[in-house]
Amino acid sequence: MIEIAIEKQLGSFRLGARLDAPESGVTALFGRSGMGKTSVINALAGLLRPDRGRIVVGGTILFDSARGIDVPPEKRRLGYVFQEARLFPHYSVRGNLLYGAKKESAGPSFDAVVDLLGIKDLLARRPADLSGGEKQRVAIGRALLASPRLLLMDEPLASLDEPRKNEIMPFIERLRDELKLPIFYVSHEMEEIIRLADLLVLLDSGKVAATGSVEDLTSRLDLWPLTGRYEAGAVIRTVLRGHDTSFGLSELAFPGGRLRVTRLALPLGTPIRVRIHARDVVLATEKPTHLSIRNAFAGKVVELAPPRGPQIDLKLDIGTAEEPVMLWARITQRACQELQLAPGKPIFALVKTVALDHHSFGQYEGGAAETA
Amino acid sequence: MLTPLEIEALELSLLVGVTSIIAALPFALACAWLLARRDFWGKSLFDGIIHLPLVLPPVAVGFALLVLFGRNGVIGAFLYQTFGIVFAFNWKGAALASGVMAFPLMVRAMRLSLEAVDQRLEAAARSLGSSPWRAFLTVTLPLTVPGILTGAILGFARSVGEFGATITFVSNIPGQTRTLPVALYTLTQIPGSDLAAWRLAGLSVALALAALIGSEMLARRMGHRLRGLD
Repeated sequence: MIEIAIEKQLGSFRLGARLDAPESGVTALFGRSGMGKTSVINALAGLLRPDRGRIVVGGTILFDSARGIDVPPEKRRLGYVFQEARLFPHYSVRGNLLYGAKKESAGPSFDAVVDLLGIKDLLARRPADLSGGEKQRVAIGRALLASPRLLLMDEPLASLDEPRKNEIMPFIERLRDELKLPIFYVSHEMEEIIRLADLLVLLDSGKVAATGSVEDLTSRLDLWPLTGRYEAGAVIRTVLRGHDTSFGLSELAFPGGRLRVTRLALPLGTPIRVRIHARDVVLATEKPTHLSIRNAFAGKVVELAPPRGPQIDLKLDIGTAEEPVMLWARITQRACQELQLAPGKPIFALVKTVALDHHSFGQYEGGAAETA
Repeated sequence: MLTPLEIEALELSLLVGVTSIIAALPFALACAWLLARRDFWGKSLFDGIIHLPLVLPPVAVGFALLVLFGRNGVIGAFLYQTFGIVFAFNWKGAALASGVMAFPLMVRAMRLSLEAVDQRLEAAARSLGSSPWRAFLTVTLPLTVPGILTGAILGFARSVGEFGATITFVSNIPGQTRTLPVALYTLTQIPGSDLAAWRLAGLSVALALAALIGSEMLARRMGHRLRGLD
């Protein structure tokens, strides 16, 4: 377990974070900028000293103001990947990687890390000669070689452009899946979190607003101001069940139906998390025919959100009686009235296949058993 | 090409300059670090005292050294009785006077360089298991080297040109304290030595210029290497 209960006054900002997370998988700290995400990570790393509180990782007390314990950062064995890489400019890539490496290391070997991150060809170079994505990979390798018990990542992709982000993301997934290293991941990008996170911690004004699975928290209406209203949507768990090679499509199964998406180059049985934006869902009160949309799911309206302007958001259940699957739809108030939509009303939810691009998908662990 | 008198003055100046800078370097670096990285009560006063030699008349500094480090001075007497070190009227005294006068210049250069080192790199070093001391030695210090070199060479140039504090503190003794500027002053007091004085003045200019140009080149090369641009 990782237990954090800290208080810290930072100018006029008050951090009062309290959270428990498992010592496995990816725990994402999500929130807009200035909500205290980085401060929590820094306190965990020992780079920010809380005024009061306790930090315990795997039974080891790292900080306890009541007992006067404050383990210095170098003794905490927590790897830290910073937003701006922070490579040492006067060392080569190899020198950077070996900076924190221990001789009698229990963690992965130098060669294993270099292979995992694909940085063999960079070893002799200086940080100044690396691209942003390469720098970040070296920074990850450097943190790994210090054989940490927990890896802290503070928006490691934020300073990168889109192609670079897509270059790094698979490596972070490999840390999670192959090294089984617990990761605390700070981000304000829901896309990254859908791909990576097991546990989601929402931070708001220095406090933990909610903790739970990505699916649960994104479907909660009261959290939309935090999870992002424009980006609002639901995340559903599916399993890759089939490929339709002649049309270049893949089928993702969830309780209650099959979602057709553009072909994913992944083996059958892969658990996949799909994010469906509320604005990409169309509603029909009768089973639609003569329509180009292939994804039509029978379900019912569960809840109507308070309308905002001309729009209204509806929470739908397209799952089975045993396993509900929540989906959100955003339509105009006029349409809502004309279709006489109200809680309990049966509907068909339509999702355009092409609205789901690669940003919408994320692999996750342990999902196969639940959905299969 | 150079007369024995000129060689003697030049050698003495180099000895005094190099000794003063090497001896002052660790203290200057410590002061620069305190000013760049620590906040403490009386920091402005501390900063002011370090800069005093830059703004005081050199004669006043020489007088203060005479009072403090003379054989009967508070510190001088202690040093003589404990370690047998004497500063009064020998080349070590000249080095002390030059070092004190060059000190603020050295601190300024090093402080600027230390402030330019990204402290977040030190935090990264700590997160990788380095003690504060190892983080300083492996990250901060190497990145400060250009500033340390600039400070040392600027200090050296200042030290070699030192006159007022030296002549007040350790007088004008041939072979002991008669450095280039002091020798030049002596010549200007003797009628008909204009040519010899010109030659010494030229020598001083050459030495100072060489130090300044050398410092500039070295700093640029080190800067490039440290940023990995070579």
